[in-house]
Amino acid sequence: MAKATVMAILAAGLVMGAFAYAKAAEIKRYVVDGSQAAGLPSCVEPTERMRRMHMEFIKHQRIATVHQGIRDTKYSLAGCVDCHVSYDAQHSPRPINQPDQFCGACHRYASVKLDCFDCHAAVPKGLDGDQASRADGLTQGGGR
Amino acid sequence: MHRLHAPHNQPSGDESPAEAVATTRRALIGTAAGLGAAALVAPGVVLHTLSAQAETAPITNKSRWGLLIETDKCAEGCRACIEACDHEHGLDRQVPEGSPSKWEQQKAVWIRKVKLQDNQTGRITQLPLMCQHCEHPPCVDVCPTGASFKRADGIVMVDRHLCIGCRYCMMACPYKARSFIHHNTTGQLTAVPRGKGCVESCNLCVHRRDYGQDSTACADACAATGHHAILFGDLKDPESPIRRRMREIQNRQIREDLGLNTGVRYAGI
Repeated sequence: MAKATVMAILAAGLVMGAFAYAKAAEIKRYVVDGSQAAGLPSCVEPTERMRRMHMEFIKHQRIATVHQGIRDTKYSLAGCVDCHVSYDAQHSPRPINQPDQFCGACHRYASVKLDCFDCHAAVPKGLDGDQASRADGLTQGGGR
Repeated sequence: MHRLHAPHNQPSGDESPAEAVATTRRALIGTAAGLGAAALVAPGVVLHTLSAQAETAPITNKSRWGLLIETDKCAEGCRACIEACDHEHGLDRQVPEGSPSKWEQQKAVWIRKVKLQDNQTGRITQLPLMCQHCEHPPCVDVCPTGASFKRADGIVMVDRHLCIGCRYCMMACPYKARSFIHHNTTGQLTAVPRGKGCVESCNLCVHRRDYGQDSTACADACAATGHHAILFGDLKDPESPIRRRMREIQNRQIREDLGLNTGVRYAGI
């Protein structure tokens, strides 16, 4: 009887472990290998705080950037895109605001409208990437 | 009575000793950094190295950015500055929507090439006309949301987060410098976010300012064609190339009578 209980507890633990692993994998799916986020235990702030407060962080960052010219990138939207965009089989980035992507999926789940990417690039480019996009012209439009 | 006034009567220098030391030290650091960079790499590479550094401190009013345009060097039919500007800010990535004529009238334009003719003499002058970056910008006065604003370094721009697209600023601008984005935008550049329903205009390549580059796309393009009609620089620095050139040649503001003290000056008009 005791043996059966131990087995049951072990089995439950295994299932839980597998579930946690799957969950972690699911979350990791939205972190680009080798990016800054991949090397951090959590994002620029603890995950729970990011979930609750990211719009506040971005809002303060945007005022500092637009009005004061501070391009320090701790809470930059381009930073979100750089680390959390995912790539398809051809290694081209998928717009982060699509309903199955990092920003888009969560916003759809929470039923919150996501306007940032009406204006901002939804795929990572950076300054060098901007140069490349300019060279590409319209062949690889990636905004939306 | 006398004691009260005494502090005012004391002779005081332009700056306190502490400030003087700080200024000297800044100058020294600047020189040292410049020398170090110059010693390590070729001049072309210095620019590139600087460009990678993002600004982390708020901009100050120690500089005021502006342009000097020598109209006699601006060639008829040349559109290099306009094309470079479109390219730099992703304006050429727009897919035309609606009828071609409507698109032509409504697409965003940051630089217009204007042709002036003196009716009495027939003398024709070409000039590129962009946002004049006024010291007292009428667009900022009329903006109901505070979206139109002037940065500390004199660049007049639109905070698109606050812009509601009312276009009062377009009405107020004496230079017809602002555009409204009528259509959905695609393929925006990371450095230049832009979208439907906002007003926009020349921002003196503000992303280049913040990343420490020392030119604008239009000035670069004009120099590349060999015309050298556009000079970009700091109007507050007496030793900057633009100030030196402004000392040398006669130049003026467009619509000086409005008293806006524009940051873009024209020679030869």
